[in-house]
Amino acid sequence: MSNRNSLLRSTAAAVMLMACAAGAAEKMMSVQVQKAPVRSSPGFLGQMVCKLDYGVRVTVVQKQSDWIKIRDTGGKTGWMHQSALTPKRIKMTAGTQDAQSAASGDELALAGKGFNSDVEAQFKAQNSDADFTWVDKMEKIVVTPEQSEEFLKNGGVRSQGGAQ
Amino acid sequence: MNRLGKIVLSASVCVLAFALAGMLNGCASVIQAATAAGEAAGVLTSRQAGSINRSAQAVEKSFTDITPEQEYYIGRSVAATILGTYEPLDKEAATEYLNLLGQTLAMASDRPETFRGYHFMLLDTDEINAFSAPGGLVLISRGMIRCCKTEDELAAVLAHEIGHVQHQHGLRAIKKSRLTSALTILAAESAKNFGDDNLARLTEAFEGSIGDVVQTLRNSGYARALEREADASAVTIMKRVGYDPNALVTMLQHMKQNLKPGGLDFAKTHPDPEDRIDDVKELIGAASAPAVVTARQKRFAQAMDKF
Repeated sequence: MSNRNSLLRSTAAAVMLMACAAGAAEKMMSVQVQKAPVRSSPGFLGQMVCKLDYGVRVTVVQKQSDWIKIRDTGGKTGWMHQSALTPKRIKMTAGTQDAQSAASGDELALAGKGFNSDVEAQFKAQNSDADFTWVDKMEKIVVTPEQSEEFLKNGGVRSQGGAQ
Repeated sequence: MNRLGKIVLSASVCVLAFALAGMLNGCASVIQAATAAGEAAGVLTSRQAGSINRSAQAVEKSFTDITPEQEYYIGRSVAATILGTYEPLDKEAATEYLNLLGQTLAMASDRPETFRGYHFMLLDTDEINAFSAPGGLVLISRGMIRCCKTEDELAAVLAHEIGHVQHQHGLRAIKKSRLTSALTILAAESAKNFGDDNLARLTEAFEGSIGDVVQTLRNSGYARALEREADASAVTIMKRVGYDPNALVTMLQHMKQNLKPGGLDFAKTHPDPEDRIDDVKELIGAASAPAVVTARQKRFAQAMDKF
C-alpha cells in the first residue's frame, strides 16, 4: 500500500513536471494595437479572418519570418504580423500595484496611461495653433484589404505577396 | 522529500537573485537619478522613490519603451502641430487615391500594424516636403506631388515616409530626459497621487517630446544614415507590392530639378538627391526607366492632374 502510494505520488509529480514544462513552452502574447487583423495565411495578402482587440492574449503556435500563427482563447487560429503583438501583458484597467510593475517595463504595459487623451487635451488647451480637426479626419480614412486588392489589380500591379 | 524541496527552493532563490542582480546592474544609476529628480520636484516622497529604486529596472530604454498607444498620441499632436502651420489640401478624390496607394504600401512594410494605422493627407504648399508623424500620420506637400510623374514615383515617396514610421525615426528625436520624467510620474501613480499636478508634469514631458519631433521634421532633419534606412525600406516595400523601385531614382531626379538651393524644405532637411540616388542605385542594381502601365498612369493623372 505504502509502495503504491509512493508510486502514485511519483507519477503525479512527473505529470506535474511535464505539465509545467509544456506550460513554459507555450508562449503568450498580447495585441498591442487597437484592432489587429488575423489572416488565413502568413503574408499581407492573406485573407483576413477576423480582428482582435487591444490587450487580447493569444497563444503563439508557430513563427514564420515576421508572421506569427496564433490561437485565441476560443481556439481559433490564424496569422498575425509581429508588429501587432507584444510579449507584455496589457492591463486595460490598472490597479495600484500595476503602475510600479509597468514602470519596470519588462512584463506589463498599462492601456490608457501616460501619454493619453487627458494629456492630449491639456496639450490642445496650451497649443491653440495645433489643428486636430484634420488629424481626426485623416484617421477616418480607412482602406479595406478588399479595396487594396482591387486597387492593385486595376492598376496592373502584380504583387509578390507571400510571407515577408 | 522535504530536504529535496528545500534544496530546490534554495537553488531557485539563488537563480532569481542572480537574474535580478543582472537586470538591475547598469540601470540603477539612471533610475536613481530619475527618482532623485522626482523627489526634488516634489512628485515623489522619499519612500516612493526608494520603492521605485528597488523595483524599476528599465527607465532608460528610451524610444523603444514607448508603447504603440503612446506613440499614437505623440503622432497625433505632431501632425496637429504641422497642420497648424500648413493648410491641408481638401480634395476628396486625390486624398482617397493617396490613401489607397499609401495604406496598401504600408500593409507590405515590416511594420504594417501601428496603433491606429497609416493615414495620408496632402498639404497645400509649393514647398517640396513630406512629414511622417510617429504612428503613421503622413503629410505630403503639393510641391512633392509635382516631383512625381507616375504612380510608381508617388509610391516611392510614400514608401520612404512609411520607412521612417516603421523604424520609429521620429521617436528617436525625443530627448531621453523627457521619457525618464514621464516614467517617473507614472510610477508614482501607484501611490494614488496622480493628480492635476502630475498631469501638468506629464503634459510638460509630452509637449517637450512633440517639440523635439517637430523640430527634427521641420528644421534639423534626420541623420543621413536614417534617410538611407528609409530609402532601403522604400525599395523593399515597392518590390513586395509590385512597383518598380527604379521609380525612386527617377523621382529623386525630378526632385533634384525642382529643389531650390538654400530652400527651407527638403533642400534643408534631406541629403542631396544625387547622393540618395547613388545609394539607391547600389540597393537595386543598375537603374532603368520604369515601364509605364496605361491604366495605372491614367488613374494617377486623373487623381493628381490639378497639381
